[in-house]
Amino acid sequence: MATNATSFRSKYRATMDHVVTGLAVLATALVVVPLIAIFVYLLLKGASSVNLDFFLKNPVPEGESGGGMANAIVGSGVLLGIASLIGIPIGIGAGIYLAEFGRGTRLANAVRFTADVLNGVPSIVMGLAAYSLIVIPQRHFSALSGGVALGIMMIPTVARTSEEMLLMVPNMIREAALGLGLSNWRAVLSITVRTASPGIITGCMLAFARVAGETAPLIFTALGNAFFSTNPNQPIEALPLQIWVYATGPYEDQHRLAWAGALVLIVLIVLAVSLVRYVTSRGVLKGAS
Amino acid sequence: MGVGIEVTNLNAWYGTNHTLQDITLNIPANHATALIGPSGCGKSTFVRCLNRMHETNPIARVTGTVRIGDMDIYNDAQPVEIRRRVGMVFQRPNPFPTMSIYDNVASGLKLNGYKNKRSLDEIVERSLKNSALWDEVKDDLKSKSGASLSGGQQQRLCIARALAVDPEVLLMDEPASALDPVSTSKIEDLIFQLKSQYTIVIVTHNMQQAARVAEKTGFFLNGRMVEFDSTHKIFTNPSDKRTEDYITGRFG
Repeated sequence: MATNATSFRSKYRATMDHVVTGLAVLATALVVVPLIAIFVYLLLKGASSVNLDFFLKNPVPEGESGGGMANAIVGSGVLLGIASLIGIPIGIGAGIYLAEFGRGTRLANAVRFTADVLNGVPSIVMGLAAYSLIVIPQRHFSALSGGVALGIMMIPTVARTSEEMLLMVPNMIREAALGLGLSNWRAVLSITVRTASPGIITGCMLAFARVAGETAPLIFTALGNAFFSTNPNQPIEALPLQIWVYATGPYEDQHRLAWAGALVLIVLIVLAVSLVRYVTSRGVLKGAS
Repeated sequence: MGVGIEVTNLNAWYGTNHTLQDITLNIPANHATALIGPSGCGKSTFVRCLNRMHETNPIARVTGTVRIGDMDIYNDAQPVEIRRRVGMVFQRPNPFPTMSIYDNVASGLKLNGYKNKRSLDEIVERSLKNSALWDEVKDDLKSKSGASLSGGQQQRLCIARALAVDPEVLLMDEPASALDPVSTSKIEDLIFQLKSQYTIVIVTHNMQQAARVAEKTGFFLNGRMVEFDSTHKIFTNPSDKRTEDYITGRFG
């Protein structure tokens, strides 16, 4: 009797083990499959239209064939550059305040709450905010306003991930720094932030990749521009905007270019993130954790 | 050279918890002084008051005077200045994980603005030799992270890091309690050598360790110092009954 019960239990345990492992594998597959499906579909639809002209030429008037998205690729670069210049320093600064200086204060709690709410604000509302803050006073659309809209969208992600990463640094590392006679700000910047930097960089990349594909905040701000421009004070084209315009247009040629644009956008984001990872991992030492 | 430490009527609190009560003692220069006592008796809090680390906790408070050499540390000086003269080694080895071995040792000087590269090399080498780690790491100084070393090596790295800023006093809060016996005996040998140059205060749970390395020993119980005397006297003929009970293993 006892042997039967034991063997039943061990069989049950083995079965449960398989079931749970299977569920985990299934969940992993469900994460990976859509990503691969989207990428393969983009390759099928868009790869044939990606050629040198696509990167070197500007769009041609509607109805004509040929042309490329040089202005949109460079425009996205300008917009993301402005956005990163705004979003990353402010975000990291806020994260440092939340984790190191303001821990437990009412201001810090208010800032954390605001960041979480800001994270949930629809992106088109960010565009409207930048519209009323910059476009209306200036009386014209501009790359700057688009960059600001995207930059503000980056702040909460960067701030909250920076905070979490800094809180993961063990307190004994902070004490070691203070014990050496470092001033508090020195210890925070040179020791705590440095120890957390791999995680902070990941947070910045997440925020960057997220806003790189945003269309809605650019509609009222960067507006789009059929010509090549790098001037932050002029309207500027962006890949997501161009894709949106082409994909909703009537011409077959434009649809093909839209597919190509989507493919290029994804590849460029992957390249940018990989490049940052490569550059920041080169200095990592053997055995560093 | 080490300097003596004079503590008068030191009281410390965590919130409303009065963790140290009226501690008065003189710690001699260039000797090792051990502090023993059961967990929670206040010995760690005591050493953390000697370099003003105690007050880095926002709910902590201290009263009384501590003179280190000619400096009244709670009235004459900034915490930053004191901590450069009073080095500290913690219970768990805590090297900076993203820094190389070299940078770990040089960090105290470099981050305080010390620029001279050649003498920095010399200081790093001397500090690692003083902490008996040089031979084990000299080939990987700049290629390996401090976190890649074994626990015992990490602790000696932390000692080298503390020595590099050239302190007069070295506080050690149970420096060997997280280490294996071989590493522990290396740390003890090290304390033996270092006390000719530094005043050492070591908190320990291990009474044999106190007996091996220290000339003076203080016994703490419930936030008070019960007895402070030569190590020999404490372990052979203590004047207080509670000290005797503790060292003979009746409690703690």
